[in-house]
Amino acid sequence: MTKKWGLKDLLGLERLSPAQIEATLDQAASFKKSAPKGLLAGRAVAFLFTEASTRTRSSFEMAAKRLGAEVLSFSAAGSSLAKGETLLDTMLNLQAVGVTHFVVRHERSGALEALAPAVKASVINAGDGWHEHPTQALLDLMTLRERWGSFKGRRLVILGDIRHSRVARSNLFALKKLGAKVTFCGPTALVPDAFKELGATVEHDLEKALKDADAVNVLRLQLERMEQGFVSSLSDYALAYQLTTERADLMKPEALILHPGPVNRGVEISSEAADGPRSLILDQVANGVFARMAVLALCDAGRTHV
Amino acid sequence: MSERILVTDGLVIDPARRLEAVRDILIVGGKIKEVSAGLSRKKAVLGTTTIDAKGLWVVPGLVDAHVHLREPGREGDETIATGTMAAARGGITTVLAMANTDPVTDSPSQLAFLRAKAASDALVDVLFAAAVSVGQQGEKLTEFAKLRAAGAAALSDDGRPVMNAGLLRRALEYAKDMGLLIIDHCEDLTLSAGACMHDGSEALRKGLKGAPWAAETVQVARDIALCELTGARVHLAHLSAAASVAAVREAKKRGVPVTAEACPHHFALCDDMIPGYDGDWKMNPPLRRKSDREALLEGLADGTIDAISTDHAPHGCGPKSAGMDLAPFGVIGLETSFAVVLTELFHKKVLSRRQIVERMSTAPAALLGLKDRGTLAPGSRADLTLVDPGAVWTPQAPYLSSSRNTPFSGRRLKGRVVKTLFAGRVVHAL
Repeated sequence: MTKKWGLKDLLGLERLSPAQIEATLDQAASFKKSAPKGLLAGRAVAFLFTEASTRTRSSFEMAAKRLGAEVLSFSAAGSSLAKGETLLDTMLNLQAVGVTHFVVRHERSGALEALAPAVKASVINAGDGWHEHPTQALLDLMTLRERWGSFKGRRLVILGDIRHSRVARSNLFALKKLGAKVTFCGPTALVPDAFKELGATVEHDLEKALKDADAVNVLRLQLERMEQGFVSSLSDYALAYQLTTERADLMKPEALILHPGPVNRGVEISSEAADGPRSLILDQVANGVFARMAVLALCDAGRTHV
Repeated sequence: MSERILVTDGLVIDPARRLEAVRDILIVGGKIKEVSAGLSRKKAVLGTTTIDAKGLWVVPGLVDAHVHLREPGREGDETIATGTMAAARGGITTVLAMANTDPVTDSPSQLAFLRAKAASDALVDVLFAAAVSVGQQGEKLTEFAKLRAAGAAALSDDGRPVMNAGLLRRALEYAKDMGLLIIDHCEDLTLSAGACMHDGSEALRKGLKGAPWAAETVQVARDIALCELTGARVHLAHLSAAASVAAVREAKKRGVPVTAEACPHHFALCDDMIPGYDGDWKMNPPLRRKSDREALLEGLADGTIDAISTDHAPHGCGPKSAGMDLAPFGVIGLETSFAVVLTELFHKKVLSRRQIVERMSTAPAALLGLKDRGTLAPGSRADLTLVDPGAVWTPQAPYLSSSRNTPFSGRRLKGRVVKTLFAGRVVHAL
């Protein structure tokens, strides 16, 4: 597994090869069957989150514990960071204490790029600004692959606030590499046409986008987008872009619904669609732990075998 | 003083006199005395210093109508002393310093202070722009008559656009009355708020906020309309967008007295070249698309763009290493501009030698109403730049500038300034 991986860090999926992504998905699937207890015994995983998170963080904590690693909790508030210490200084200090993995969430795009090469420990991106959220995309892919086997010839719609979504970007980069087609859908303010230059199809008409698709990944619409003038009101957005069961039925009969959560029921997705038979939302959450176990283990091997 | 200097055998390029030939230049007392062939034997009397310019271009000292020297207020990033050392190294003998200092240069006393400082510290000539509005706040006009009397060379709120069209109209009218040139930084802040790069697929890829090209072009179009309305000259700073170039071209055809400049980084680089989140590639306006870059080259070639300036904007390493989103806007350029121009415009056959000298010396001198430079005509101040067009080199920090924020570090350039003379004195020699 390390041959195909060979990386200390996971900062994003854009720069990974198809083989590296497949290796991660294979590792995650293997951990789902049986996880070797104590694979990361003696390792310590620290969480550096400058933004709030419940599901990503708890998923990573569970992943680390299942592999036998110790977990150091940490939040920006009340830490040395709040006292003006730089994130890099904090990381160097924690590394000196014995931390082997940093799981970092940062509100700024690209904030990890300069940090990762400056520390010996593995740095795993748990979301940086609007840029990438690689483990979320990996768990999305893992969930789809369980149903599909392969991504070749599949078409996935990502619906909602693409402009501000690190989940959409990581999914696009990875799905393209694995042979799937990606359609971004939403109003132009949230889905600029320039995304075409990154390899996505852009469609502002939801019905057209969904027709004959294999799956739709629905993104949360953050309430602040209304104040910022990207949408005029939540109800107006919902009228044009909410995923309802009727709209979902425009997809292929066996088509699937994903949502990275947390769900705004009645805004970007109706409750019926979120809870219906197509929905894989809870499968995603369950798979998240295995995808993150795979990333922790692969980065560990990538670091120690370099 | 009648010190005699003889610059021999250089390829003299002086667009103002349609001269492009090997000549000798005799300098006496800081002024050009004579330009002709075969001077060396006749005039090399005892006590004459001879500078051999064989194989080099000899051009009138470059005039850069857009620099930031950071004094007063941010002397750690640059001063009049260090900025003019950098200029001399780049073959630039006249700079126009912008008014966004701290405090803002918006009063006669500020100008008096700066001119005194320049008289004691500057290695080349420093002219000062004064602000259009008090404190560059865009609300109340400064006192143009007093500023002119105190020696303001132009008026500009550069760094901050004049967003209020009504205020700009009055400014243009009064500037025309006073014979002063207004230089405008075109940016509609409602379109560019929060942006750190060009609004295109590269900003989307990186997950960063972009400013669309239209943020510049809507203000360019507005300025052209106000220029036409008032009949006042307006000079548009640092054009970056194809549509802006088209708008200026069309306006010039109609006889609107608008002029424009472009900066080396905008016509040499584009947004898909930015490595990661490197703040040294961040400036305002931002690097745009390839098609914009090509439009700038066309505009330079057909004369739509009159002048090349650097928008030299020094910033310390700390703030600049904060990443694309948080780093301040601006790059330094004085030490590399001529070399970048030679690499991108001369060697790639975009502009002729004569056009390059026009854009970097003759035209900006004329824009600022400077009659004693921008040419090598006898009687002119002896500002000369000697350049080896074929010399290959790679700029690297440290620079003579106190800052090092430039995307050109580590890039191979072809063409290098070998010697710079300011008023007959050698201020840079390689």
